[in-house]
Amino acid sequence: MIPAAFEYARASSVEEASKLLNKYGEDAKVLAGGHSLIPLMRLRLAQPKALIDINGIKDLDHIKEDGHKLRIGALTRHVTIQNSKVVHEKLPLLAEVAGEVGDNQVRNMGTMGGVVAHADAAGDYPTIALILDAEIVTNQRTIAAKDFFKDLFTTPLAADEIVTEVVFPVANGPHKYIKFRRRLFDWAIVGVAAQKMNGGWRIGLTNVGPTPVRANAVEEALKTGAKPEEAAQHASDGLDPAGDLRASPEYKKHLARVLTKRAIQQAQGQ
Amino acid sequence: MAVTQLVGAKIHRREDPRLITGHGHYIDDFTRQGTAYAAFVRSPFAHARIKSIDITDASKAPGVTSVYTARDFKSQLAGTHPAAPAFVAEKKYIPERFPIAEKEVCYQGEIVAAVLAETRGQAVDGANLIQVDYEELPAVMDTEKAMAKGSPLAHEGAADNISWDLTYTGAEVSDAAFKEADVVVKERILQNRLAPIPMEPRGVLAEYETYDKKLTIWMSSQNPHFIRLFVSGAMGLKESQVRVISPDVGGGFGSKISPYPEDYLVPALSRLSERPVKWTETRTESIQNATHGRGQYYDVEVAAKKDGTLLGMRMTQYLDVGAYVGTFSAFQACACLMAGGAYKWKGISARTIGILTNRVPTDPYRGAGRPEATHLVERMVDLVALELKMDPVEIRRKNFIQPKEFPYTQNFGLVIDSGDYEKALEVALKMVGYEDLRKKQAELRKQGRYLGIGFSTWIELCGFGPSAATAPATGGIALVESAQVRVTPTGSVIVYTGTHSHGQGHETTFSQIVADQLGVPYDSVELRHGDTSEGTAFGYGTYGSRSLAVGGVAISMAAGKVIDKGKKLAAHMLEAAEEDVVYENGSFHVKGSPDKAKAFGEVAFASYGMGLPEGMEQGLEAVAYFDPPNLVWPFGTHIAVVEVDAETGAVQLQKYVAVDDCGNIINPMIVDGQIHGGVAQAIGQALYEEVVYDDETGQLKTGTMIDYMVPSMGEIPTLNLDHTITPSPTNDLGVKGIGEAGTIAASAAVINAICDALSPLGIKHVDMPASPDRLWHMMKGAGK
Ligand SMILES: Cc1cc2nc3c(=O)[nH]c(=O)nc-3n(C[C@H](O)[C@H](O)[C@H](O)COP(=O)(O)OP(=O)(O)OC[C@H]3O[C@@H](n4cnc5c(N)ncnc54)[C@H](O)[C@@H]3O)c2cc1C
Repeated sequence: MIPAAFEYARASSVEEASKLLNKYGEDAKVLAGGHSLIPLMRLRLAQPKALIDINGIKDLDHIKEDGHKLRIGALTRHVTIQNSKVVHEKLPLLAEVAGEVGDNQVRNMGTMGGVVAHADAAGDYPTIALILDAEIVTNQRTIAAKDFFKDLFTTPLAADEIVTEVVFPVANGPHKYIKFRRRLFDWAIVGVAAQKMNGGWRIGLTNVGPTPVRANAVEEALKTGAKPEEAAQHASDGLDPAGDLRASPEYKKHLARVLTKRAIQQAQGQ
Repeated sequence: MAVTQLVGAKIHRREDPRLITGHGHYIDDFTRQGTAYAAFVRSPFAHARIKSIDITDASKAPGVTSVYTARDFKSQLAGTHPAAPAFVAEKKYIPERFPIAEKEVCYQGEIVAAVLAETRGQAVDGANLIQVDYEELPAVMDTEKAMAKGSPLAHEGAADNISWDLTYTGAEVSDAAFKEADVVVKERILQNRLAPIPMEPRGVLAEYETYDKKLTIWMSSQNPHFIRLFVSGAMGLKESQVRVISPDVGGGFGSKISPYPEDYLVPALSRLSERPVKWTETRTESIQNATHGRGQYYDVEVAAKKDGTLLGMRMTQYLDVGAYVGTFSAFQACACLMAGGAYKWKGISARTIGILTNRVPTDPYRGAGRPEATHLVERMVDLVALELKMDPVEIRRKNFIQPKEFPYTQNFGLVIDSGDYEKALEVALKMVGYEDLRKKQAELRKQGRYLGIGFSTWIELCGFGPSAATAPATGGIALVESAQVRVTPTGSVIVYTGTHSHGQGHETTFSQIVADQLGVPYDSVELRHGDTSEGTAFGYGTYGSRSLAVGGVAISMAAGKVIDKGKKLAAHMLEAAEEDVVYENGSFHVKGSPDKAKAFGEVAFASYGMGLPEGMEQGLEAVAYFDPPNLVWPFGTHIAVVEVDAETGAVQLQKYVAVDDCGNIINPMIVDGQIHGGVAQAIGQALYEEVVYDDETGQLKTGTMIDYMVPSMGEIPTLNLDHTITPSPTNDLGVKGIGEAGTIAASAAVINAICDALSPLGIKHVDMPASPDRLWHMMKGAGK
């Protein structure tokens, strides 16, 4: 609960942050909202030699409409997304999800870029990014979401690479995110996202494996006219979730099916 | 101020403004000039031999001033960890316990070395550099297997893993009842191991003054005088040389009653290093090392007649003691003595077995023994009702001890002082709308939905004392309570109590009592506690819902003595006979002539002056000790309404009604607050909380608050509360304890509701915590 000693530097631009990262090398870490990184440091599961604080980089905190796209700056806090009028109009699913991340304290601090870069299996945004074919923009390149979430806590980001934006398509048709959890502020035991887009359904699952999962088999079944309860049976196809204290693998697979059915039904009911 | 104005009034807690604005004084708020910080190296294994400890790197680490291992403390500390004999007469085995391990570690978290450094961070860094070479030993994790012959041992060299095995009443006591029975129901009931999670973890700051040979300890304790007793003994000091100060304490729930290894080690470190030494527990250290609660299972059988008359019970308590016997661990065996609950029985056979394992010790946790008793008897009564297709309300009404039967001597000879169980039940039934709920339940069942209604018609015993019962249990010191009331020359009043408030609001309630009794303004009464160098010679601490029913009464007695002296002095001042002076509304006057009067303040001032009556000493103050003639016996009815999601097994707690009776109420808001907190904690046990260790390795898996699931505001429904009032005949205030009631009552109500909900599936019993995964598996397996 007491972190190891570390250096601290505050960057005022992405360039400066990148330089600082280079200076400290492999052992430096970007500090955004700190709500994943600091708990890990307190448990000494992470012991970075230096933290590069990006909270002072003003132009990373933005929500911009750009034609059929919504560009969310990496430093945009959950609470900003949750309350954003533009997000409510153009991508209400994302506003809904943001409102269910952690508790007020977490939502006031945690950021879009932090969730994406951290790539926790139970992170909620990665599922949305994956099913909507979002793009992760860094100071070096643009990476498609499907190529970004490689494994648990593993992304293609280089040591000096900084996420600057996540770019989502506009989608304001029927949608629902169901997050099954024990306590109001908990992470998802299993989460299911359903979004109708361009006439078809996009279905995604959170925390049923090391990375977010797109439920292709469910999408296919729906396309061929299956009822939600029939299509949802395929939600657990190919899943091999790890069990934990909250849920056995068997139960997680069951939840994937039940929640998928409910998410589609509730989205349709909108 | 009129006598009836303060007692019974909803007065806001006096302590809250400072506590909720961050102006409280918790241990980590204190430091002394020149403080060194301690960090402890703890065993990562549940059970291992210590082969060697290498402190070379740690000793050289930045800021580290010194490193200590067991040998260094041998000259500092004597004796073994105290374990009160409590109810256990046939004690078999209490393993020796020194605050720091030398050769063998017996639970994950046991201390093996201590590091002192200039900052807390440096101390932790230093501790991480200590290399301990362990040889792992098999860990005893399963209480049932631990009892078998040939089981691995929790302590090397022990004969077995049994700490105690005591039969209170043998099978013969219930034989007749079981012979007469039409039905017998059996169940094994688990009590999940719980971590206490006080908002403020523990902490110790100790300063040993080498030249004066005086030791001051600031620590987060419910029980400062007992700590002074234990620590002075171990350190070879006189009690008078040791001062223990427990300022604001951020919750305890029982986990801050008993002394801990750090309570000895930190003062010893101060004496060794000749510096003040401070240690603040981290949350993970707290979950790992603060004594746990519950951790038991019960095998129970109940015999009844066809018409629902309860006849007999046979029960055995299997209690996971942990690696060492907690100071008040054996108290939890009171679950046996309370197993009969609110009902009449022909015979109860009860046995308790304490089993040593390689987990952290268990000790009292809010309710200690009574929640377990309530849970088992309320579950069993429901199982009988289910078997006989009886309404759970009917079976309770039929078997309650009746109001005219009090004082009632129950099966173990304990005398229940008072009660009106049916009255509380009726009030609760009306509040919850029982008839309508049953109709709604029937309708929902047709739609495949599972609504359940669960009852807990609980009783408990609390307010420890009396001396005759408790002195043998603690090893000599009778649990009574002391108070001192001091009146200053200008008439303000300082009250010292030997109890300790760590969330109970004593500053408010005790001041209410004194202000009323003395007729002085509430604001002129100051309540002090938690400093062994202030007030009476000994205090007994706060646990077992004893503060008001024992400590509050002592305060009232001391205030009475002040009035008695005041009367003598007033009579002298008014030139009247003492018998003719009455005290009312803050003034002494001559009977029949209210204008011939002396205000309390005038008398107080005069008591410090000259010309007192012949033989009277100056001053206006008094000490009182209250030795209660009996325990007090609160009771009530809690009703939980749940719906279990047929697909996911998730439990939605829809409604919660609690009607509690704690006799006369001093401050209804504080009583409600105690019920709120207690019920929330028991909902935690019923649905969320469980300390989980790996079955094989003994590694703690729930070491953070992400994994150890304490419910938050979002999980606790609005609690609908009401009270009946049946004053206790045991004390002059007519009060009973209420601090543990919520925890004692609520787990049974919630689990009974879940069992009721799932009864159409043939599910009869559900263990805690009733997680969705567990329920889903049960539902899936049902009817197969
Ligand atoms: C109690 C609690 C509950 C939570 N519940 C949820 C939940 O339900 N769902 C959920 O999704 N999350 C949850 N979180 C996590 C929360 O959303 C975190 O804030 C988030 O995961 C990380 O974002 P951050 O801004 O705090 O990042 P930080 O903690 O600062 O950083 C996390 C990691 O990402 C890296 N990083 C951060 N920003 C960038 C960037 N721009 N470029 C490159 N690397 C970067 C850091 O170096 C670090 O490795 C919870 C957290 C807590 C404490």
